[in-house]
Amino acid sequence: MNVFARSDTSVLGRWWWTVDRWTLTAVGALIAFGIIMALAASPAVAERIGLDYFYFARRQLIYLPVALVLMIGASLLSPTGVFRAAIVTLTIFSLLVVATFVIGTEVKGARRWIGLGPISVQPSEFLKPAFAVVAAWLFASARTGDIKHGNLISIASFGTIVGLLLLQPDVGMSVVISVVWSAQFFLAGLPLYWAVLLIVGGAAALAAAYFTLHHVASRIDRFLDPSSGDSYQVDRSLEAFINGGLFGRGPGEGTVKEVLPDAHSDFVFAVAGEEFGLFVCLIIVGLFAFIVLRGFARALQETDLFILLATAGLLVQFGLQAVINMGSTLRLIPTKGMTLPFVSYGGSSLIAMGLCIGFLLALTRKRVGAESQR
Amino acid sequence: MTERRVSPPEKIRIEGDRKTAIETGRNRLMVAGALFAAAFLVISTRVVDVSIFSSEAEPRYSRSITKTEKYTGRADIVDRNGVLVATSVNTASLYANPRLVLDPEQAALKLSRALPDINVEAIERKLRSDRGFVWLRRHLTPRQQYAVNRLGIPALNFQREARRMYPLGPLASHVLGFTDIDNKGLAGIERYFDKELRSRQHNMALSVDIRVQHVLEHELSIAMEKFGAIGAAGLVMDVETAEILGMASLPDFDPNQPGAIDNEVRFNRTTQGVYEMGSTFKIFTTAMAFDAGTATMRSGYDATDPIRVARFVIRDYHAKKRWLSVPEIFMYSSNIGSVKMALDVGIKDHRKFLTQLGMLKPVRVELSETGSPLSPSQWREINSMTISFGHGLAVSPLHLVAGVSAIVNGGIYRTPTLIRRDARETVVGKRVISEQTSLNMRRLMRLVVENGTGRKASAPGYLVGGKTGTAEKVSGRGYKNKALISSFIAAFPMHKPKYVVLAMLDEAKGTKETLGYATGGWVAAPVIGAVVRRIAPVLGLRPIKTQDAAHEALSVKISEKSGRGRRVAAN
Repeated sequence: MNVFARSDTSVLGRWWWTVDRWTLTAVGALIAFGIIMALAASPAVAERIGLDYFYFARRQLIYLPVALVLMIGASLLSPTGVFRAAIVTLTIFSLLVVATFVIGTEVKGARRWIGLGPISVQPSEFLKPAFAVVAAWLFASARTGDIKHGNLISIASFGTIVGLLLLQPDVGMSVVISVVWSAQFFLAGLPLYWAVLLIVGGAAALAAAYFTLHHVASRIDRFLDPSSGDSYQVDRSLEAFINGGLFGRGPGEGTVKEVLPDAHSDFVFAVAGEEFGLFVCLIIVGLFAFIVLRGFARALQETDLFILLATAGLLVQFGLQAVINMGSTLRLIPTKGMTLPFVSYGGSSLIAMGLCIGFLLALTRKRVGAESQR
Repeated sequence: MTERRVSPPEKIRIEGDRKTAIETGRNRLMVAGALFAAAFLVISTRVVDVSIFSSEAEPRYSRSITKTEKYTGRADIVDRNGVLVATSVNTASLYANPRLVLDPEQAALKLSRALPDINVEAIERKLRSDRGFVWLRRHLTPRQQYAVNRLGIPALNFQREARRMYPLGPLASHVLGFTDIDNKGLAGIERYFDKELRSRQHNMALSVDIRVQHVLEHELSIAMEKFGAIGAAGLVMDVETAEILGMASLPDFDPNQPGAIDNEVRFNRTTQGVYEMGSTFKIFTTAMAFDAGTATMRSGYDATDPIRVARFVIRDYHAKKRWLSVPEIFMYSSNIGSVKMALDVGIKDHRKFLTQLGMLKPVRVELSETGSPLSPSQWREINSMTISFGHGLAVSPLHLVAGVSAIVNGGIYRTPTLIRRDARETVVGKRVISEQTSLNMRRLMRLVVENGTGRKASAPGYLVGGKTGTAEKVSGRGYKNKALISSFIAAFPMHKPKYVVLAMLDEAKGTKETLGYATGGWVAAPVIGAVVRRIAPVLGLRPIKTQDAAHEALSVKISEKSGRGRRVAAN
């Protein structure tokens, strides 16, 4: 399926021969599966809340080409281009996050969305990949001495962004950004005792969230002691896996999607478990693991610290979302609303994920003169 | 390692730094990679575990559709021998999502073909509503479910539910009670142990012996019909363990049809109803006098003249108009003698004695349907006088049975129970009278059946003893002469009592056979005789021959005043 000749020196031709085609294939498989899940899980949800049967599916199919174009487009960039694109994205969407406090729409007690004409956007989704790249650049530059006080700038911008997100409030997003940033700081050579301090700080922050934010406390309580409250959603979710068994009940034959409010987003993995069974679930987990671990393996070959840190940051973000989503669906961790990359419904999430993988593909492309040891 | 990048000389130091930095980054990247690999491994394991190895500890629901309609398990109830008396069976309940109904009118009409007894208009109205869920019919039989399925109406669906079933129908209905359509206990044991039954995994065993229960209900219903009574109550209790073996209240109901139960039949006469018990209370008066030492088997009182007090005249029903010994007072059920016995003990001790027997507080048993005794607010002499022969204090039949148990079992009061006790368990109680008093009371009670007013309660070989009771029912401010509560309380076998039995008829009318009498001795005593004859063999009691020493030991010699011979003959 080599659509481009080896000698093709056009932009796309060079792209094809330098991009990580294995990762691209794995992402393609996830996207394809996402389409199937949009058709399988979302109609039940749309119907329940009184929308047109294929409302969510249709919207997802409109967002998908946008995400794909963004992903391919971003993957064409050079590392410098990636950094510039990230800076621009970060600036624009930080302003939009600020704007949510003024013109945002309040959904379920949080201001996370902003209306742009007919569509609404969750700007914080785009902050994640952009900030991962920018923070990587800051850490790398600080390490190499290219800029002074790189770490301090990084800490300051991190504090600002997380502060904004907590004001919305969006604890899930803050956790992801914090973990990604901390991981990058760690990789960038943070002294170990600082690393320990960072972990302690993170634990303290979680404890603070537990005691100050009521819904966080109740979720954790219910996870630790399911009988203490309503564990209806996650019970149903586990029931879905039990119903599915090895081979699933067949596409469209699931019943749990009828009762789970977020069957098309947060609990899409459960629907997959019920309709397609254990083997398909393992394939999905395998695809995520493959993308993350292959990315890490490639980053190990990297000689440029910025690229190493940016790649790792994007992968941690991608992998962490997958782990949190699947973990809460399987009752391994407390329920946390988080989308499963490319599989869950959600326009902002899908497009931002396209950007994230686009950046990743751009950074992991083979660069003449950039690779080290063969 | 070959570094192909060409660096300007002034950057050499930094280049070195860069190399260590990238080394650190790579090393630590391995840690991050390992963490992710572990996380994905855990998730894979968990998917496998949940999908194919999920254990019972995991929450597992059988096709629950809505949040509020979770399947609720409920433990079975069995009798003391393990006979199933209440259980839950899975049924299908029909519901609809009206938003998906294409043609409500057509659907309702079609449904009426499968379920002819539904109200077509009501169903159609339900199907036209804009809700997402309506019940159409709960608890369908498999045949009905099949018929509805065959109609092929979209938007209809079934919810699997558990339905409470009582395989023995109305038998022991007042003990068991019943549940509502959502399996919530509304009466009886079902209500008292509602939470317990929901949570427990194994059967709940009652003290009731369903064979005894059946005999009791059967004999009472025969008597009720024969004497045109409006109701009847009966109890059988083990005197040693205080376990209730039978508890009958008629009319009864079918707990399988909770909708058809009206308040009249729900009423449990044995625990909820309080009645002035009449002469059966003389058991307590006499026992109290013996225990206090104010009367003996040989002493007696003059019962020649009625007692006048305030505006009342207390006279004897079977008046002998002479001095009566205590056994005679008991045997002939003399009100005058009983009043004098009570007054000799004193009103304070009288009250204290009845309190010890639990007569002044609601009876403690595992039912919510218990009535409070109606006792005088101020206990004066007149109260003691009337209470001595069972008027002016209304208690439930279970009060009476528990009290009489203590009198005949050697003198220990134990709280009655409807739950089977462990055979090895020693049941604690508190002593209310001495062993000797108990023995004397047994002899007197035997005398009543042998020679007194209770001869119809006799069951050859089982040494029944007891006491009749006939009370006029209170109506408004006075007593209704013709409306009687006729009862008989018995224990058997009298030489070593095992069981106390009570039979009570509400507003029985006399027949030609009873010479128009509707007193306890005529209408209730025969029920006792019949019940004992039927249950004693079932309970494993061996009949005792007439020549047996046990008979002799119970016989009473009636003493006479001033040496004048008076034989206790059949009377």
